[in-house]
Amino acid sequence: MNALIVICSLGILSLVAEIVNLKKWLTTFVMMGLVIATGLIVMDWGTAQFYFSDMVFFDNFAISFTALILTASFFWFWMSGDYFSNQPHKTDRSALILFAIAGAICMVSFNNMAMLFLGIEILSISLYVLAGSNKESFNSNEAAFKYFIMGSFATGFLLMGIALIYGATGSFNITTIAAYISSHIDSLPGFFYAGVLLMLIGMTFKISAVPFHFWAPDVYGGSPTTITAFMSTVVKVAAFGAFYKMFSFCFYPVHSSWVLVIQIMTVLTLVIPNITAVYQNNVKRILAYSSVGHVGYLLLAVVANTTGASGTILFYLTAYSVASLLAFTVLHVVEGSEGNNALEKFNGLYKRNPWLASSLTIAMLSLAGIPPLAGFFGKYMVFSLALQQGYVALVLLAVGTSLVGVYYYFKVIVAMFFKDSDEATLPVSLSIQLIIGILVLLVFLLGLFPDWMITRLTVS
Amino acid sequence: MITVFLLAWPLLAALLLFVLKPGNAKVFALVASLVELAASLMMAVQFQKTAVPQFDVNVYWIKSLGIHFSVGVDGISLLLILLTTVLVPFIILSSFSKSYDKQSTFYGLILIMQMALIGVFTALDGFLFYIFWELALIPIYFICLIWGGENRGVITLKFFIYTLAGSLLMLVALVYLYFQTPGTHTFDIEALYIAGQGSTDYEQGLIFWAMFVAFAIKMPVFPFHTWQPDTYTTAPTQGTMLLSAIMLKMGIYGLIRWMIPLVPIGVQDWGFVAVILSVIGMVYASCIAIIQKDFKRLIAYSSIAHVGLIAAGLLTITISGIQGAMIQMLSHGILVFALFYIVDIISDRTRTRSLSELGGIRNVAPALTTVFIIVMLGTVALPITSGFVGEFLLIRSLVEYHFMLGAIAGLTIILGAIYMLRTFQKAMSGETNAVTSSFTDLTTQEKWVLYPIVILIFAMGIYPAPLLEISEAASANIVNLFSAYADSIK
Repeated sequence: MNALIVICSLGILSLVAEIVNLKKWLTTFVMMGLVIATGLIVMDWGTAQFYFSDMVFFDNFAISFTALILTASFFWFWMSGDYFSNQPHKTDRSALILFAIAGAICMVSFNNMAMLFLGIEILSISLYVLAGSNKESFNSNEAAFKYFIMGSFATGFLLMGIALIYGATGSFNITTIAAYISSHIDSLPGFFYAGVLLMLIGMTFKISAVPFHFWAPDVYGGSPTTITAFMSTVVKVAAFGAFYKMFSFCFYPVHSSWVLVIQIMTVLTLVIPNITAVYQNNVKRILAYSSVGHVGYLLLAVVANTTGASGTILFYLTAYSVASLLAFTVLHVVEGSEGNNALEKFNGLYKRNPWLASSLTIAMLSLAGIPPLAGFFGKYMVFSLALQQGYVALVLLAVGTSLVGVYYYFKVIVAMFFKDSDEATLPVSLSIQLIIGILVLLVFLLGLFPDWMITRLTVS
Repeated sequence: MITVFLLAWPLLAALLLFVLKPGNAKVFALVASLVELAASLMMAVQFQKTAVPQFDVNVYWIKSLGIHFSVGVDGISLLLILLTTVLVPFIILSSFSKSYDKQSTFYGLILIMQMALIGVFTALDGFLFYIFWELALIPIYFICLIWGGENRGVITLKFFIYTLAGSLLMLVALVYLYFQTPGTHTFDIEALYIAGQGSTDYEQGLIFWAMFVAFAIKMPVFPFHTWQPDTYTTAPTQGTMLLSAIMLKMGIYGLIRWMIPLVPIGVQDWGFVAVILSVIGMVYASCIAIIQKDFKRLIAYSSIAHVGLIAAGLLTITISGIQGAMIQMLSHGILVFALFYIVDIISDRTRTRSLSELGGIRNVAPALTTVFIIVMLGTVALPITSGFVGEFLLIRSLVEYHFMLGAIAGLTIILGAIYMLRTFQKAMSGETNAVTSSFTDLTTQEKWVLYPIVILIFAMGIYPAPLLEISEAASANIVNLFSAYADSIK
């Protein structure tokens, strides 16, 4: 919980930094703050405390998700140094990101639907602005506008759902609601189910599950690359954490009424984005569709074991975030200042900079789920969870879509190693080399020694 | 511990190559692979000829999921390890006349490949086996992608996705069996055997097909072979050698270790279909080989024909079938390596692989021609060459299994003779033409590769007993495991 306070203070500090002339040191300061916040949240491990009149609840679930969000944010600040240094409004951008992180923490630790709503809105409103932070770019403006319109619409659904559930159960507190649902399982009014459905729509919009994913490729593609990296890692972790907490914990007693919907969405989310990604010729859009596709595997875990999937989901999200951050870091270096991320831009990257090409290859292999990398273990855990519960057909479908995934991830690899380019070699700064090195190491460590993390997660 | 050394050493050498990027990566890699060979020979000397896995190491890798790092060596594994460790130095030596760019990466990938192959042949844990199985795919993919020939982008991707599809099926089957193991579940091979044998006939049938398809794609067996001719043709010579001489043995080894004892009922119910597919593949590939114009492609098809015989003989589940498969794997590995090397030598000097443009090499390169004749006779399984022992055992087991299939398989030896002799006629004999007139005979380095191979071809043909003895107990063990179970349910 202290972590949340640290993050909010950092956000305010960023705003004040403009006045007190701290701009030069701001990013360093924020990164130090993130390390401290991560340390604070890890120290809370094993405690399960309510704070702010039961508005938030930091159990091991919330703590592990918060730790993941903070760690991913740390690496994000590291990779996107130039997003702050090269452009105006450095302090505002930094503050918006920090508030978005605060919103993300609220989303994974809420115990009250009002807090959930606040978290989602803090996160989303910051993101609407950040998506359009490249003011000169037409695509960035389009992304912001589209995201704002669609996002507000989804929030409307969510709010209506919350209202209906409040009407049916008389509480915003999810513990109370869960208890009420269990005890009145036969006498819930029809509009309660309508509320669940509306919330389902609102939240699956946030995690960009098909058919509520249409905004994602355009927004991911149009936003500045660093913001896309933030959205597809930190934001995705928070959104999925919130979704899982709401539906596995609060609405579990009525899960027979919504699980079929999720099953259908799982199938759609596995098939459609993976197939669409094949036809993309822009690496950023490939990553955008792949990020939607990965939601399908996460949903498969929820379908397979609604109450016991948190460890698997967290491992999957960690593996996915590390590999995505790695991919986006390389993408950001390669696209350069003009922001061109067409597939041709990657031609011959192996000749231009073997280190970058090898790192991106490792990221792609991990995202594709090739052993012994982190992504493989994520997929393995999801598949084995589903096989254990007897969802053989869904697993075979997911295996099929993984193969499609291999095809489009390898398109990038083939371009880097096979095609030729006449561009000069691509120098990389030491700081970026270091972060790439650490992320590559993490991809290997999570894949080779997943036991460390799995044992801790299954205990929680 | 020696098993761990065999796994760790090539990996370490590869990492050193990646990091240090020494100027003479070739020599470095050659020395590393010779050390590996020495270690494997030491293992062979200490080996006891029993069916019990030896030199075993078993520690927890992922305790919470019941996954062990469990490796061990029995006779079947040992022969394949020896095949790998003997051929890799030759493969590296065969590349000495070439200069690949980024050569430290090239040789590093070959050594990682060696590590993964030895891992596949020694793993005694289903999950570990799968990891090594996939790991073997990655270096060979990059070897083909970076240093391959025309159109390699599309061809290698097809190869990768094709084989990955098969292995994912295998993973699903393994995980399914994993959940049938008692208690907190384990991937230990013995536990998986019990779980597999305890499954219903229907489940065993499904698992049989999931595993068989994975292995059939790797070998490849008809109709899962469509990736193979293109990939073999487009890969750089050393890549083709790795693929054909060693990597396809992964599939055969998988059949022996991870399918026959795992689902005996599945094998009993469906083995006949698999044998028929293998025999169809033999005839089909031989017929295509006869009309091939590209020398390298011809060898690729001949490899499908040979591997079809191995699979068919193996699936009869008799001792002579499995022993024949073992010896034939070694023989095929050596012969196909030599054939691809000869193709490489010819195409390097003449800049063509088209048989119709070649001719008359015999007149200008007697040493090469002699070697080619010996390798060719080995390939058509003439007595006293290595090819004879294996084919004899395999066809014998197949005739006992089903006379007609045995007869058809025997006929393909004649087809084999046709395409090999036709190749000889087109490339070697006849009039020397403009393309081949300036052909030079074998260089010293080439002799260093080919002469030992010739010796091996004869040695294995004349006195195969020591090799057969190594795997005898293990093969008998596999057959016993299978038939004991088959008897118990009768």
